[in-house]
Amino acid sequence: MATFRIKRFNPEKQPEPYFEEFQLDIQPGVTLLDCMNQIKWTLDGSFTYRMSCRSAICGSCAVKANGHALLACQRQAEHIVDNDETITLEPLGNMKPIKDLVVDFTPFWDKVNKIKPYLEPKEAPPEKERPQSQEEFLRIDDSSTCIMCGACYSDCNTLEVDENFLGPAALAKAQRFVGDSRDSQTFERVKELSEPGGIWDCTHCGECVERCPKPARPFDRIKEIMTVALEQGVHNNNGARHALSFFNSVKRSGNLNENRIPVESMGFFNISGLLSLLPIGLRMFFKGKVPPIIHHSIDEVDDVKRIFKELDQ
Amino acid sequence: MIQHDVLIVGAGLAGMRCALEACKELDVAVLTKVYPSRSHSGAAQGGIAASLGNSEPDSWEEHMYDTVKGGDFLSDQDAVEEYVKAAPRIIYELEHMGCVFSRTPDGKIAQRSFGGHSKPRACFSADRTGHAILHALHEQLMKNAKSVKIYNEWYMHSLVVDGDRRCNGVVVSNIQTGEVEVIQAKAVVFCTGGYGRVYKFTSNAFASTADGVMAAFDVGIPLEDLEFVQFHPSGLYRQGILFSEAARGEGAYLLNGKGERFMEQYAPSRMELAPRDIVARAEQSEMDAGRGVNGENCIHLDLRHLGEARIMERLPQIRQLGIDFLGVDCIKECLPIQPTAHYSMGGIPTDKYSHVILDEKGTRMSGFFAAGECACVSVHGGNRLGTNSLLEATVFGERAGKSVLEYTVGIDYGDVNEGQEKARVLKKFEDIFQRDGSESYNDIRNEMKEIMMSHCGVFRDEEKLKVCIETLKGLQERFKNGRVTDKGKLFNTEIYEILELGNMLGISRLIANGALQRKESRGGHFRTDFPKRDDENFLHHSMTYDSPDGLVVKKKSVVITKYQPAERTY
Repeated sequence: MATFRIKRFNPEKQPEPYFEEFQLDIQPGVTLLDCMNQIKWTLDGSFTYRMSCRSAICGSCAVKANGHALLACQRQAEHIVDNDETITLEPLGNMKPIKDLVVDFTPFWDKVNKIKPYLEPKEAPPEKERPQSQEEFLRIDDSSTCIMCGACYSDCNTLEVDENFLGPAALAKAQRFVGDSRDSQTFERVKELSEPGGIWDCTHCGECVERCPKPARPFDRIKEIMTVALEQGVHNNNGARHALSFFNSVKRSGNLNENRIPVESMGFFNISGLLSLLPIGLRMFFKGKVPPIIHHSIDEVDDVKRIFKELDQ
Repeated sequence: MIQHDVLIVGAGLAGMRCALEACKELDVAVLTKVYPSRSHSGAAQGGIAASLGNSEPDSWEEHMYDTVKGGDFLSDQDAVEEYVKAAPRIIYELEHMGCVFSRTPDGKIAQRSFGGHSKPRACFSADRTGHAILHALHEQLMKNAKSVKIYNEWYMHSLVVDGDRRCNGVVVSNIQTGEVEVIQAKAVVFCTGGYGRVYKFTSNAFASTADGVMAAFDVGIPLEDLEFVQFHPSGLYRQGILFSEAARGEGAYLLNGKGERFMEQYAPSRMELAPRDIVARAEQSEMDAGRGVNGENCIHLDLRHLGEARIMERLPQIRQLGIDFLGVDCIKECLPIQPTAHYSMGGIPTDKYSHVILDEKGTRMSGFFAAGECACVSVHGGNRLGTNSLLEATVFGERAGKSVLEYTVGIDYGDVNEGQEKARVLKKFEDIFQRDGSESYNDIRNEMKEIMMSHCGVFRDEEKLKVCIETLKGLQERFKNGRVTDKGKLFNTEIYEILELGNMLGISRLIANGALQRKESRGGHFRTDFPKRDDENFLHHSMTYDSPDGLVVKKKSVVITKYQPAERTY
């Protein structure tokens, strides 16, 4: 017998969510979704969640199980049950619950819409297909496996503190077009994606990659957009400047010049930005946390330079 | 009252392709009980057929003949001809929209072999072709958001039809709030998909529940060829989840419990790539004869000789399905599979312009169109070939859009008695809420799925079908005495599951009745008591009508143009 600890919420009945426990035998080979259905169909018909295809392609049934988002239909229940023979089910995070495990996807889709999620072709279509090499296909192969289930969005650490962040799913979708050899708007896209709320607001925690039930791996896609943005010369933003400063510092000295990076990230002529660094700089100064004013290279800096040289070639 | 020029119910391939066409000039709304990207078209894996000839020379004539022969000569050949001719253009247009396709070394759309097709003509995106097309169309809808309004998570209850049998709108409800609304429209298009959920083993989504076809039947529209249900040969054992025919297209073997490639006995020239009805029957015959794997109700699909590289390139997603759902990695082990209910050849009768027709003479119904799996054009006849359904949804979705554009010229909104229409649906809700019955809807659903699988499945006979029909009648009675727990309005999925069950019980009876009436074996319909095709008596479509005296089945002739019926061997 396993215990299903389910976060129930029905504002028609009571305003606050609460946990309810159900006992269920987990038969070998059944999925978490099978168990949820068993609970709904035999124990409590009011238990509410979304589901449709049950083959991990429609993206309806993402929920949080034992604290992390996953697709309920894709996972064997006996693989999720914890040491206490318990599975805790909660709605996806970073979205407003509507009822039990059903959340409001409106902001999620609004953000997908924001990245212009459609091909902007280079020219009028030819009579037949536009050719694409195997290599070009592979560039968009992973991002096009996304099923928009919201698991990455749910567990994204940036979204938890910044609701303006586009989020991993929308950015992975953006890569689908940034990387498409048939698209004409690469520069415009990466320029927009470099704005606040875009690629550079990702904290690189990799949680989205852990949660993604498909090979879409949003953070990998975000890194690909970053690379294209830098290649296309979209440098006039804190994120790009930060990445370049980081890169140059390591290239020059083998380690980070921690005094220079924040200033370079803000931009030398960004007076208000630089002034905004002042309070934290002063606090660091008084706490004795300011790095040495004179930055020293590491002893093996020549080795580092050689590595960069080889990489360049 | 909500008003739109056109209301499309269903946001799969057919619904969205239709919307893209109609929105060029009209105010279009698409209503879906899920979200567009959650539609079941997305679960299609192996490919979409078109005679592009990208890897071997091909022609529309060959595609047509394969389709007609695959359908056991029950297809309407005028419709098939236009459909296969349109295929290449439809594929190129999808590519132009941005759909991601796997490519040949020289950059063209790659094509693979599929059951019943004499040439490699399945265009594909690895093993997620439906998903790729669904998302490409969804992207286009987002691009056209100004002219297409999408009602996500709304349920369609019934059609609004006036005394002249003109369709003037639909009654719907918002699943999230439970509010009932009437949407008035000059034209209504159903793209509501299939109803495989009536079977115990099925590849279909929970959403595939016959809402559309039963709403049509409820207003007196006959339904066509319901007895033809396709069983897919490779459903994952016990789960029924689809494991693409592309595996066999790439060269996988089917092995019985003795390790024999048994298809040699059934279709020596095409082996594993015979049409689905033949392969599914062969599997069932092997299992029934005790030659299943370990004596169980399953067969082995062997991909091991394809090698890891090819499997990872061409079939990565379904390999993962095997691992996730059965713990079997098809690179290293054989995969246990069984036939699974997959596709409904029958449905709402339409002409080749996607106009719904009211009788066997082809009388058009004003203001009502249908396309995709819910419709019966019929291009698939008695059995659909793999990769022909994505094509059907896209071709006839577009066609429906064009027909709607033509139809709505100079047409005004028809009369709708909003209060009366709403009241009817509200009463239906109220009836269910008021039932203080003792029956479990879950038991009723399970018993329906069980009897349909065992008595109206791959092999049928008169005795079984009669038992099936009686059982279903009993279930329909018990259904009226069901027990409901959730009586709230907010996101009440229980009440919608009950409505869906009502629809499924209804369509099940119609399927079983159609199967009982058709005393021959053709395509996906096999009667062990009439194991031969009987062109003399049954080379016709069946049209099921409701009447005061019960169900009536009438004959509708098959359109035969190029290819005369011949013996079907592979």
